[in-house]
Amino acid sequence: MTTTVAPPSPNPVTRATGRVFKARETGILIALLLVILVATIRNPSFLFSSDGFRDLMLTPSLLMLVAVGQAIVIITRNVDLSVGSILGLTAYLTGRLFIDVPGIPPILVFLAGLGFGGLLGLINGALVAFAKVPALVITLGTLYIYRGINVAWAGGDRINASDLPADFRGVGTGALLGIPYLTIIAVVVLVVAAWVLRNLRSGREFYAIGSDPGAAHLYGLPVTRRILAAFVVSGALSGLAGVLYAARYGTVSSGAGIGLELQAIGAAVIGGVAISGGVGTVWGAAIGAYLLLTINRALPILGIDDFWQRAVVGVLIIGAIVLDRLLALRQSRKLLEAREEER
Amino acid sequence: MPVEMDGANGAAVAPPALELSRVVKSFGAVLALRSGTITLHDGSIHALIGENGAGKSTLVKIIAGLYRRDAGEFRLAGEEVDFHTTAQSKAAGIAVIYQEPTLFPDLSVTENIFMGRQPTNRFGRIDRRSMRTQAQQIFARLGVSIDPDRVTEGLSIADQQIIEIAKAISLDARVLIMDEPTAALSGVEVERLFAVARSLRDEGRALLFISHRFDEVFALCDTVTVMRDGSYISTTPIVDTSVDELVRQMVGRDVAELFPKLPAEIGADVLVVEGLTRAGVFHDIGFTVRAGEIVGLAGLVGAGRSEVARAIFGVDPYEAGSVHLEGRQLPKGNPRVSMARGIALVPEDRRKQGLVLDESVTRNVTLAIRSSLAKAGLLWSARENAAAALWASRLEVKTAALDAETGTLSGGNQQKVVLGKWLATEPKVLIVDEPTRGIDVGTKAEVHRLLSELAQQGIAILMISSELPEVLGMADRVLVMREGHLTGEFSRADATPEAVMFAATAQKEGAL
Repeated sequence: MTTTVAPPSPNPVTRATGRVFKARETGILIALLLVILVATIRNPSFLFSSDGFRDLMLTPSLLMLVAVGQAIVIITRNVDLSVGSILGLTAYLTGRLFIDVPGIPPILVFLAGLGFGGLLGLINGALVAFAKVPALVITLGTLYIYRGINVAWAGGDRINASDLPADFRGVGTGALLGIPYLTIIAVVVLVVAAWVLRNLRSGREFYAIGSDPGAAHLYGLPVTRRILAAFVVSGALSGLAGVLYAARYGTVSSGAGIGLELQAIGAAVIGGVAISGGVGTVWGAAIGAYLLLTINRALPILGIDDFWQRAVVGVLIIGAIVLDRLLALRQSRKLLEAREEER
Repeated sequence: MPVEMDGANGAAVAPPALELSRVVKSFGAVLALRSGTITLHDGSIHALIGENGAGKSTLVKIIAGLYRRDAGEFRLAGEEVDFHTTAQSKAAGIAVIYQEPTLFPDLSVTENIFMGRQPTNRFGRIDRRSMRTQAQQIFARLGVSIDPDRVTEGLSIADQQIIEIAKAISLDARVLIMDEPTAALSGVEVERLFAVARSLRDEGRALLFISHRFDEVFALCDTVTVMRDGSYISTTPIVDTSVDELVRQMVGRDVAELFPKLPAEIGADVLVVEGLTRAGVFHDIGFTVRAGEIVGLAGLVGAGRSEVARAIFGVDPYEAGSVHLEGRQLPKGNPRVSMARGIALVPEDRRKQGLVLDESVTRNVTLAIRSSLAKAGLLWSARENAAAALWASRLEVKTAALDAETGTLSGGNQQKVVLGKWLATEPKVLIVDEPTRGIDVGTKAEVHRLLSELAQQGIAILMISSELPEVLGMADRVLVMREGHLTGEFSRADATPEAVMFAATAQKEGAL
């Protein structure tokens, strides 16, 4: 037996700092801080007024919840286009529950929203995992089906703020120590999801499945179960976001959440979640959600026309992908060079 | 070569580690495994050899839990088992190293080793530190230096293979199956792998080693089982057999009767290939194919034969060498010119590369001659149908209607449609890659008759085939490739199964 041993591991501190600087999430966080900085210089009330600070925290919170779920689904090399429809349907359900069941405790409504969203996600997951049809097609179908049910159910009807109890609405508008409840909920969900994805076997298996589904099968990983779970989580988080949507805005029509799926996917991609699966973190997706919506608010302050905003979002998405591609190419070239040197 | 047989002796008392007896597996009409029989003992390395298509991989996949057997017995340490999933096989202590490494490219080396079985603390949290340490210990034991924190993307095949082995070791597998693990390894790497295999054997594990290289089989293994055509042929202690004997058992088949080769008049050189080289894929390949001649290109899967064909046709690049067609040089990497000048390539994977399965037979047959059929830039159904009908009747394609979807046809008839597509271009050179793979015996003979007739009409045919009887039965001349090099050329008279097999597996005939 030869006696070459593994190279001495680098100093853990340098390794940790190296990771922080290399991480994709750091770059996007810096971009976010830059946007806030520039907007604040132009108009200090962007950050330094109580409304400005509140909006900064509040606006992206719902998208963040949905983007976290979306990121988990994309990491398994799938996609969930139905999240906007799930949000709309649960938001309407929330209003109906308060109207049809007078005196229902808000906590029950939250559970109903989570459960209903999870159920809709389960339908997505079951169709994807068992029927073996690409998620893009399945969830495009359920996007329309769920929205159709919503329209049929609501008709021209809409939920008004006066239909909702004040304490429930307080969840959507209130704050603790200046931080909105919505943001706190979103961050708690984010931290839990990030911890699970990093530290539990089931979390790592999401990555493995997305990285190479065939190999995951050969490894004997529970592929079907994990894919089901990813869709259920995405659905449940969209459901939760639906309940919070009702709490925040008070008014729910049958059009709530339209277009949200594209924002969520955009947030994940900007945050470094590879659309081909296996790479990325929910942290990235969450920061991506913040960046996306904060830019939308910052652009008018910077004097950029309304209709350019969408184009900026597009540039951001493509820029993120091009950056990822360049980094991947550099990485593989470096690895190849290292291999040649060994020879 | 001295061989330790103590493991096999000990098995007289304990039941064998793994035992398959008359296992049958079929896929639709194709019988992949007629009678799979093998017995592995603790503390022994067992070789499994056979030609391509002998059923070795099917057998391995049944053991791994990827396929379920249709009939027969499968016992593990004396107990009957029936695996539905790979997870069950793994849990029972079986580790399989596949020909192609199966890793997660985006994840770290350590994670790849432990995925699904990561060490955890009481709360289910993965203990990264201990996982990393264990990975380092395994690498130290294997005597390799791979950074456990790097992603597996970009690792050489050899290093990927090492990770597969590390995986098997971390599993503490009782039975370790290696399906051609050395195919992509260099000499030093093979030695290292063998050292590991021997130390695992000495620990009392049962190993199954599948290889095409006889020198390796004799250097490493204690016992050898030969398979042929999906059936068990023999099991012998390695000391009681010879390369000569094993080759005879692998190919022992009557070659002549299946394929009626029609005599054809052989004319001038049509295709001349000289010094064709593509780094790491094939090296200095040179040969000629004459009008009316069928040249067989034999060798093992992965020897680089299909790559040479693709380079000649122009879909793949090459770095040096030249291809001449009827005395004129063909430009590199330009399949349109190759087609226009009269080369046709019937690819290996007809479903993916040869056919549009959702389209009609007519559309598929006329696919390559669209421009010559078109009038004023428009395709007319009547002209398409006439052309397709002509070829369908000449090739005797059995289909309900010419507008039936090609995907609904049998494998043999699909192959005829692909042939028809290319013959419609009236080629001078026809390259066929594995023309009868996955085709039932009756249609096989028809495809052979067709090729034979085409040669009679003066077409130069280059036939790539991994089936020795097919090559020997059909070819006027046999070329053999091994690991990217041309290692043999035989006339029809000289091409014996043994000679071709030796050239394909690196054994010199002198070794007889």
